[in-house]
Amino acid sequence: MRTKLSIATVRGEFLRQVEAISNENLLACNQCGKCSAGCPIASTMVDILPNQVIRLTQLGIEDVLDSQMIWACAACMNCVAHCPKGIDLPRIMEALRLVAMQKKGDRMAVNQVPLEALGEIPQLAIIGGFRKYTI
Amino acid sequence: MSIAYFPGCTLSTNAKGYDHSGREVARALDIPLTELPNWQCCGATFPLATDNSMAFIAPTRILAQAQKVDGHVTTLCAICFHVLRRTQYFLDHRPEMLERINWFTEEPYEGKMRVSHFLEILRDQITWKGVRERVTNPLKGLKVAPYYGCLLLRPQKEIGLDDSDNPRILHDCLNALGCEAVDFPYQDECCGSYLLVSKPELPQKLAESILLSARKHGAQAIVTACPLCQFNLDYPQRLGGGGHMAQGGLPVLYFTQLMAVALGLEPASWGMESHYIDPRPLFANPKG
Repeated sequence: MRTKLSIATVRGEFLRQVEAISNENLLACNQCGKCSAGCPIASTMVDILPNQVIRLTQLGIEDVLDSQMIWACAACMNCVAHCPKGIDLPRIMEALRLVAMQKKGDRMAVNQVPLEALGEIPQLAIIGGFRKYTI
Repeated sequence: MSIAYFPGCTLSTNAKGYDHSGREVARALDIPLTELPNWQCCGATFPLATDNSMAFIAPTRILAQAQKVDGHVTTLCAICFHVLRRTQYFLDHRPEMLERINWFTEEPYEGKMRVSHFLEILRDQITWKGVRERVTNPLKGLKVAPYYGCLLLRPQKEIGLDDSDNPRILHDCLNALGCEAVDFPYQDECCGSYLLVSKPELPQKLAESILLSARKHGAQAIVTACPLCQFNLDYPQRLGGGGHMAQGGLPVLYFTQLMAVALGLEPASWGMESHYIDPRPLFANPKG
């Protein structure tokens, strides 16, 4: 895949928007990868790693909004506990989800939740899911 | 002095056994809990976007209700605890947000509540020594893996319940009950949480790793303080072992249920009727 970088996108509006919503300084990240090393989700079935989510956003590459990783992060905060730069990555994930949903709409609809699941799944999961996947 | 108790939505429906055993244990240990009148959902997730005032209204309303009971609100649910504790921390540090959010609550939250998890009351008020003295049916020889999950521990700066890298509070609880607390590397790994509704295969995969690790380290059961962790670990085992999961099933209990057994309470107080893997056979043949 060819990726074109330009001064217009690097440190452009996209990065500023994500920084404003998350209140995190993304450029503080120097890509040490500790977040990805400790991420329980990264080792399962996602396309890109948590540190790559930051890297793409730093570079203003909005393809990050199509990644599975931003939807798979459940904010367990393992990365927060171990980031040497004090970055709160789940807040960045949340900001990216919000930007993605502003552009493309909600990720979940009530009528798409399987009925048999509704009977058994704890309310917490249903409420949590809708708060994360809808705006 | 009474402590306001906030059960939360899941403990009133799917996780009644946690609520029931918790109340029974509190009664046995003379911890005066008063259920919050007219409580409502805490929101189930802590808002991570900056200045999302709307999402703070529900937990702030709970704190405002609780301040009428006494200066202390406690929960059993780790998620409710996480949301309420971080909300309290946030409002203590952001007075301008407290003022704004209070415009939308029926009565103002004055910012003086103490939010605790029930485990902290046991550790700090009753003490583990005190618990040990009340144990009439020590669970000798029972190897139990304490599964902390995420929200009870992190972020440590705001939660402050225990060392988030080396937690002891559930270990100490188990030891006080006479069990052997089994260390295992997945004790604070994520269970997948609410991804259950969007990507159910993910919690299932995470549960496999957690269960297999606990089993490999010799555990006969797992304890948790979170109704979603309990479900995410118990539910995938419902169709039987199948070889890839812990063989024969690994019961996943709430710490209050083990306490109810060790304190010698009647089986009706244990609240173990609706587990997918029935934990009751563990206590069928008490030793000694």
